[in-house]
Amino acid sequence: ELAVGNTVRRVLHIIKEEDISFTAVGIEGLSVTAVSDDECDSGNDDRPTLSAAVLASHARNALRAPSLQTLLDDIPVSTALSHSSSSAGDSDGKTGDKSLKTRKLKHDVIAAIGDLIEEIDTCYDQISEQAVEHIHQNEVILTLGRSRTVKEFLYAAKEKKRSFRVFVAEGAPRYQGHALAKELVEKGIQTTVITDSAVFAMISRVNMVIVGVHAIMANGGVIAPVGMNMVALAAQRHAVPFVVVAGSHKLCPLYPHNPEVLLNELKSPSDLLDFGEFSNCMNFSTQDGTPLLNVANPTFDYVPPKLVSLFITDT
Amino acid sequence: DLSPGSLSPVMIPPPRHVDHLSPDSPSPPASDVLLLASSAPQPSSMRFAAASEFGEEDSRSLAPSAGELETNKGDLAEIRNEDAPASIPQKQKPSKAERRAIQEAQRAAKAAAKEAGLSGKSTGAASGANPATSKQAKPAKISQKKDVPHAPSTVASEKKVTERQPERDRKKDVPHPRMQFDDVHRVEKAKKRAIVNQSEARNRVELFRHLPQYVHGTQLPDLESKFFQLEPIHPSVYKVGLQYLSGEVSGGNGRCIAMLLAFREAIKDYSTPPNKTLSRDLTAKVSSYVSFFIECRPLSISMGNAIRFLKNRIAKLPITLSESEAKASLQSDIDRFINEKIVVADQVIVSHAITKVRDDDVLLTYGSSSVVEMILEHAHELGRKFRVIVVDSRPKLEGQGLLRRLVAKGINCTYTHINAVSYIMHEVTRVFLGASSILSNGTVYSRVGTASVAMVAHAFGIPVLVCCEAYKFHERVQLDSICANELGDPDVISKIPGRADLGDLKNWADNENLQLLNLTYVPEYHLWYSFLDPLIYFA
Repeated sequence: ELAVGNTVRRVLHIIKEEDISFTAVGIEGLSVTAVSDDECDSGNDDRPTLSAAVLASHARNALRAPSLQTLLDDIPVSTALSHSSSSAGDSDGKTGDKSLKTRKLKHDVIAAIGDLIEEIDTCYDQISEQAVEHIHQNEVILTLGRSRTVKEFLYAAKEKKRSFRVFVAEGAPRYQGHALAKELVEKGIQTTVITDSAVFAMISRVNMVIVGVHAIMANGGVIAPVGMNMVALAAQRHAVPFVVVAGSHKLCPLYPHNPEVLLNELKSPSDLLDFGEFSNCMNFSTQDGTPLLNVANPTFDYVPPKLVSLFITDT
Repeated sequence: DLSPGSLSPVMIPPPRHVDHLSPDSPSPPASDVLLLASSAPQPSSMRFAAASEFGEEDSRSLAPSAGELETNKGDLAEIRNEDAPASIPQKQKPSKAERRAIQEAQRAAKAAAKEAGLSGKSTGAASGANPATSKQAKPAKISQKKDVPHAPSTVASEKKVTERQPERDRKKDVPHPRMQFDDVHRVEKAKKRAIVNQSEARNRVELFRHLPQYVHGTQLPDLESKFFQLEPIHPSVYKVGLQYLSGEVSGGNGRCIAMLLAFREAIKDYSTPPNKTLSRDLTAKVSSYVSFFIECRPLSISMGNAIRFLKNRIAKLPITLSESEAKASLQSDIDRFINEKIVVADQVIVSHAITKVRDDDVLLTYGSSSVVEMILEHAHELGRKFRVIVVDSRPKLEGQGLLRRLVAKGINCTYTHINAVSYIMHEVTRVFLGASSILSNGTVYSRVGTASVAMVAHAFGIPVLVCCEAYKFHERVQLDSICANELGDPDVISKIPGRADLGDLKNWADNENLQLLNLTYVPEYHLWYSFLDPLIYFA
């Protein structure tokens, strides 16, 4: 799942950032404490060295590209500290500092992740705000399948009293277009449900195609529900703008190499063929045992970047 | 009467036409109904008799209901009263259908006169009330029919208003206490039904108002019940019409052949009525059969060409021929047409196209085309090693039938739906498509979805071959799919067989914002690209 991968990367990035800021603060703090230690406790020779070592390791960490390993390094360093320091008080204070530091780090990271969650949840609002710029009066809009982003987009346009009609292509084999049509109709939007095969027939009368996608790749190509490439080609042929709405969490840094195969999932053939009806056909096979009947049921389609006119996203 | 006209949706001829009813000789089918009617003198049962006879069919019920009303004046008031509100939502069919209704009315009036003579009952106001009652009787039938989606046009509603005024006047003329009560009750029911019909009708797609809306779905059981009362229509023609309606026979070649064979049978059984010339009468008969077929399902272009050929042959018959010779000549003409233009043409196409199928080819085909199926089977028999990808689409899912037949022959097949063409296209080497017709600007007119497949194939740089017999060519020109098309049953879109969980669109008709569109044909055009000419094979 690409969007999940994006989010994980964001979270890692958050953790690294938090850690960097933390270590920056920590280094300053440590240098202060080191100095104070030197001043206060001259009797303990270990401490300055240890603190120097700690300082050095921190400096190294800060210089090195932060990674999970450096974060984990803090733990052995702190344990080393606890081992090597003889006097309990300061070293306890040091380890206490360390665990306090990690706890604080965790706290910050969790807060940042909470922000990220909220950002993902509210992406619809920011995208929908832009709806009025693109949907004017007496428009005919085509969409395929069911995307929550598109739904919110159209709702927002309806709120602002723009007049438009929507053609919803079913989106076999999941037929989510039906659910979307029902939702749109509840809001009072004129909707017509068409089969996917009729998209080419209707597209000449359509002003705009607005779709939601699964992921946006680094080259601008789009991973979308199956059938979208057909719609995009038809739109290009009839010079109809093909608009993609997606939250920024769907932007992937990956480049799609052979996306049809590598970034696709094949689902059960039972969506297309009823196993009971076709059970007699399934028995046939050639001499080498390969079955005569194959069924292809991909989930996603790749739409190359040159077919997309516009991306609408948040922030 | 129960013949060609009985299949059209609600149709009410304006009052003035009804005045021309003239009781003459009766017609047998109507007499059956009227006997039934007369045997049950109570108003309610008579109405039921009429209703059961005609079920959903409206305009044709004009005939027997007129007769029925003549026999019992009591009914007049009731039915008249019912009509007023029920006549609101009626679709006004083109005048051709109206004229048919007039013919029906005349035939019915003849039957009614016979009935009146038989039963001995006659009301003084029979002839006078006839126009009013006959036109009111229809709405009575309508009020009792089941839900049939109708599309009222504004013209119809205006006419209804004018009709209702005189009806209301007559209502006052004939008061009947018990009937009044019943009337109110039925009026309510009629009103309710009217509202339902009207909202269903509003779910038409604006863009396709110029095309006949799909109303035929409910006619099938009705027609089947009338199979044995089909005097003016030859039974084989009737059977083929039913096959069209139910979708058993589909596909350009299939429908054309079925139609021609039905005509052949009809010609064989035909006998010229006295004082009529064979050519003119037979042409008229063929035209009536054709309009019956149109009621069942709009004609395909191949059928249109075949009909034109047949009429041409009939017109060119030398007058000196005797009847049996003429009939034999026509039958042989039909046989020759089928043989030359379809059977042999297909063989020529197959022989040419097989040269294009090489070993290790992966061929893609869309839907189910008889010619393409023949090509694949022949190529397999010749021993070529190839794979076939069958692309299918809703709502007809014609590809499944093709898939079964190919797998039964031992051809390695892959099945997918049209959304997945982009995914599957990278393994395809050639695309074979069938066509319903080829128009004079090079546009290929074919099943909906064909254009999408051809477009994606072109995007991947894959040659597209369209196979079409020469008799399907037409001089018409069409720019896009909206100009001329065939609308199918919208309910098929909302119901997905085998997936009961997706019932989101069950009550689509209730919602006036929601429409379902079911197109049948799509033209694909401008396929003549520079280095990828799709090759058209025809003979």
